[in-house]
Amino acid sequence: MSMKATIRQVDSVTVVDVSGRITLGEGCTQLRELIRDQLSKGNKNLLLNLADVTYIDSSGIGELVSAYTGVSKQGGALKLLSLTKKVHDLLQITKLYTVFDVHDDEAKAISSFAKTTNA
Amino acid sequence: MTPVTPEISVVEVTLESDLKNVEVAEEITRRVSGTAGFDDEEQTRIEMAVHESMINAIWHGNKNDSSKSVWLQFKIHRDRLEIHVRDQGNGFDPQKIPNPLENQNLLNVSGRGIFLIRAFMDEFRVENPNGTGTEVTMVKRLSSGTHTK
Repeated sequence: MSMKATIRQVDSVTVVDVSGRITLGEGCTQLRELIRDQLSKGNKNLLLNLADVTYIDSSGIGELVSAYTGVSKQGGALKLLSLTKKVHDLLQITKLYTVFDVHDDEAKAISSFAKTTNA
Repeated sequence: MTPVTPEISVVEVTLESDLKNVEVAEEITRRVSGTAGFDDEEQTRIEMAVHESMINAIWHGNKNDSSKSVWLQFKIHRDRLEIHVRDQGNGFDPQKIPNPLENQNLLNVSGRGIFLIRAFMDEFRVENPNGTGTEVTMVKRLSSGTHTK
């Protein structure tokens, strides 16, 4: 199963519900284009809901890092929501858990953007 | 008469060098590591190590050339699982890959594949046998706590 994404707007935050595999090839390309597309529309507060991500590899992690730095450079913020145990463990092992702002509760995640960006 | 149990079981497969075969390799790995006696969590880690090795072989070794192939071999020993992944590329030196945990590398987009393999497996080595491609060897030992049987 390749990656799928559904986009919804909650207040000033664009929530992206991601499912499937974020791996080298199709999954990573789709995520990269999705982030680029949202930035081009001026959507700079992005919350990636990873609850239904079944698989992520080192390239997928790299894509998350690329998205994080790309959004930050545009003056926005990219945060992560509802990590599966697999994704959580990978971010811990790679020391990236402390880099990303990770949330378990969507409402709290949404409100955290106001504090971060003063939106 | 006591039945003779072979010391080692071997599973071997040659796959076309195409990214779609990474999932095929994952499926085989999950079945073999389950048969070897690893629990679900360890199976996932071994599967990820093979995934990363397959990506390296197809993408970096064989340069995504589908006329080339990747050879995969599993040896199930009583106390460990030994996995070999061989491509038809020119090899690489794992010592030259920067440590992704160092602060200056933390936000690098690539360079975590080998690190994850080392984290998930007990042994990892890279060889260039007879100049016929790169062979990665990975070993995972069965500890007393990981048996499913």
